[in-house]
This record gives sequence, structure tokens and C-alpha cells, in this order.
Amino acid sequence: MLRLERIHTFYGPIEAIRGVDLEIGKGEIVSLIGSNGAGKSTSLMTISGVLKPSSGKIFLNDTDITGLPPHRIVELGISQVPEGRRIFPKLTVFENLEMGHYLERGDLQSSFDMVFTLFPILGERKNQKGGTLSGGEQQMLAIARALMSNPDILLLDEPSLGLAPIMVSKIFRTVHDINRRGVTVLLVEQNAKAALKLSHRGYVLENGAVTLQGNSEDLLHNEKVRHAYLGE
Amino acid sequence: MFLQQLINGLTLGSVYALIALGYTMVYGILELINFAHGEIYMLGAYLGIILLGFFTAIGLTSYSLYLSLGITLLLTVIFCSSYGFTIEKIAYKPLRNAPRLSPLISAIGVSIFLQNYVMLTQGATDKVFPSLFGGAGFTVMSTRITYLQASIILVSAFMMIMLNAFILKTKTGKAMRAVAQDKVMASLLGINIDTIITITFIIGSGLAAVAGMMVAMYYGLVNYFIGYSAGIKAFTAAVLGGIGSVPGAMLGGILLGLVESLGAGYISSEYKDAYAFIILIIILLVKPEGLLGRSLEEKI
Repeated sequence: MLRLERIHTFYGPIEAIRGVDLEIGKGEIVSLIGSNGAGKSTSLMTISGVLKPSSGKIFLNDTDITGLPPHRIVELGISQVPEGRRIFPKLTVFENLEMGHYLERGDLQSSFDMVFTLFPILGERKNQKGGTLSGGEQQMLAIARALMSNPDILLLDEPSLGLAPIMVSKIFRTVHDINRRGVTVLLVEQNAKAALKLSHRGYVLENGAVTLQGNSEDLLHNEKVRHAYLGE
Repeated sequence: MFLQQLINGLTLGSVYALIALGYTMVYGILELINFAHGEIYMLGAYLGIILLGFFTAIGLTSYSLYLSLGITLLLTVIFCSSYGFTIEKIAYKPLRNAPRLSPLISAIGVSIFLQNYVMLTQGATDKVFPSLFGGAGFTVMSTRITYLQASIILVSAFMMIMLNAFILKTKTGKAMRAVAQDKVMASLLGINIDTIITITFIIGSGLAAVAGMMVAMYYGLVNYFIGYSAGIKAFTAAVLGGIGSVPGAMLGGILLGLVESLGAGYISSEYKDAYAFIILIIILLVKPEGLLGRSLEEKI
């Protein structure tokens, strides 16, 4: 469904990813694991069109989408929840969600129904300013906002970062739920164990290149992964 | 006397507020002080003179004064918005990813260019704006309010209410606020940043055009240099209210107008222009984020 071929992207003067190949099939959850600075976020920002690759191609359903601006990528059905949530602090929860539906992909009411079913707390807080929410609630809002555009593919960058363990498992359960509703998910995580348990397949990124890939089950048992990312 | 100065100050202040809105909106979205904004106001004043002169020549003003004023206002807004649109495309857009100083210098360049362009085409001497209302007005509680003053206050209030409603209620207005808060995130939601920037320049220029035409009618004199001092004062008003804040620009403009008028009335009118800059210095020393602004978080 989404395919990256030999993508190179510079982040400032640094070549943050060097020849990444990725493939994500329809309906899958694929995780991208790796340490800080391995190029995970850069990969997502390149897919979303915020960063332009210096070479390589990105295909969505065999259509070349390389170099399109971010708003065109969203229009084509790829939404991203970036690292750090980046909710609009001075807009209300409701307005944040409205902005998620900016391109009017799909029906507004059913989008609202879906996100308020997934995250009932957002319904209770819809008139509050985004900046007044707790970290976990902000993460829910960030995911809900991305879902408001009814994406076919959801890119999630470190959704567990800085959250209490109970909130992390709640977020991961929701990701599973979202996937069951037919949304393909590309999950970037430092929490490799939780990510691999949730996903079908995984890629390990090191210094801007894919060094390992395979079924999550296999990766969970891989000696190198266990040593480097699972702390065993 | 107090009420009289209050009315004078309110008139002047609403004009400052209209110009200040353009500064604050552009700053909110691009973090750019658009030094060319005052020239848009000056262009508005000139276009007002030219169009009203034309309508007088063809006899429209004697047929219906309000109709010709309305058409003039509309055309002035359209012209000035096109100027704003063009300036953004030519002078700022190519510098979107340049260091922050570059668009600032570009803005000063545009400002100098427009001043000289008007000086060459319209002459360096003052132009007289046709006095259409005379001094007609009414008296309330021994305070003289001219129809022109009343119209300036009412038109400004109307435009500010409309702008506020636009920013708070419409989808585009909300997108403008979203872009001002986080551009990358806004683009990740499908908002076309360039479109929002364009709309911001068009609205800001339209407001400045209205201000320019009204002030030209109020003072009756126009020259190619009026954009400079009005621009600096409106900028002061925007800083006073908190640059980037829309209600701040409105409040700052009105306050500045009042201070100028009351200062001129009670202290000395010789220092009329100095009051604005004294306020600017005080606000930068005491509360640099402005009355309604947020203190800027250090960006890492």
C-alpha cells in the first residue's frame, strides 16, 4: 500500500536517513524501532511531505507521491500524529478536532462519533482549551485529531513518550482498535517490546538505514533485538 | 474638553487599531514585522483621493455621495489587497526559508520602493482630500462629534467585529489561528500554509486600506510619507497590545489614540507624536510581551 524505495533525506546538514526501503501492506500495523537519532521521525516527516527526500521514491498504491506538499499527502489519506503531540494549545478540544477534518475527507458527524467513542474523555472536555489537558489526554486528542481526516494510513510517532504505564497500555489498545476499523498503521516507538507485541511486522532502523526486518514475533526473539532494544 | 478629547482619541485610535491588526496578524503567522504595511495604508489614502476625484468628475458624487463613498471604499480595499497579495508573493514568499533578517530587510525595501513610486507618480507635495462632509456633525453633552468622526468609529468597530467573528467562527479563521500556533502541525492536518498566509495579507491590507481612506478624509491632507509615521504608530499599538494578539492590536490602537489625544489636550500638542514612542519605550521596558500578549517561550 505504502512503499519507500531507497529514500535519502537530509535533516539540516545531516543525512538522517540513507537509503531506507519500507513496505506497508493494507490493514497492517508495522512498527519502526530504533534508538534516538536513528532516523525514525525523519522517515515519517519524509512520508508526510514536511521533509523532501534528496533521492528515492515514495509510492502510495503504486502512485508516486514523492515531494508532494504535506496538505496533498493528507488529502491522499495519510495522516500523522507527530512526536510531542503538537496539539493547538489555544484552540478548544473541539476546534482541534475540527482542524483535523479541515479537508473534509469523509462525513464530519461520523468522524466525531468515531473519535468520541474511542476517547469518551474528549467528549467531556470538548470546550476546554487544548493546552489545559493532561499529557495522556493530549495524546488522545492528537490521535483523535488525525483520525478526523478518516485516513487510510496513520503514522504514529512515539505515542507512548512521557506517559504513565497505564496510559501507555490504553493508547496501545486504542491503536489496535483503530487498526481493526481498517486503518493501516505505521508506528514509530522506542518502547520496542510494546510496539512489536502490537504490530504484525517490524523494521529496525540504525543510523538512518534498515538493519533488520521481519515478523514481530521473530524480531521479539531475535538475539540482537533482545540485546539492543529489549534490554535483555 | 475631556469628552471632546476622548472622541478625538477614539477616532484616531480606531484607525490605529485597523492598521495594527495587519501588523499583528502577519506577525502571528510569519513572525515578520511587515514594514511595508504602513505604505498600504498610504496607498489606500491616495486611491481614495484618485477615485473620489474621478467620481466627482463624472458627477457621481453630486448624484449620491454615499454611493460614491461606498464604491470608493470597495475599490480601495480591492486595490490595496491586491498590493498586499503581490508584495507577499514577490518580496516574502521567496524568502520563506531564509534567515529571519532577510524578509525584514525585504519589507523595508518594499516600503522604500512604494514611497518613491507614489512620490514619482503623484508628486512630492501634499494632496488635498476633497472635503465631502464639511464640518457637519452633532453635539452631545457639549461635545462636538462630526459625522466623519462618527463614521470612522462606527466603520472601524464594524470591521473589527467582523474580523473577530471571522477568526473565531469560520473554518479559515480557525485555520489561521492553528497556523499561528504551529505551522508544521497545521500542514500535517491538510491546511495549505501558503493559502492561509495569502489570506492573512489580503485581510490585513484591506483593513489598512479602509484606515488610509478614512484618515485621509479626516485630516484632509495626504502625502507619500504618511505611511511611515502611521505605520510606526500602529506598530507601537500592536506591541502595546501584545504583538500577535488580535484583541491586543484593537486595544493597543484605541489606547494609543486616547493617549495621543489626551496628551495633546492636557499636556502639549507639540509632543503629540512623542507620546506614542514614550509608550513604546515604557512597554518594552516593563512588559515587553504587551498587555494581552503571552510571554514568549524560549524556542529551542
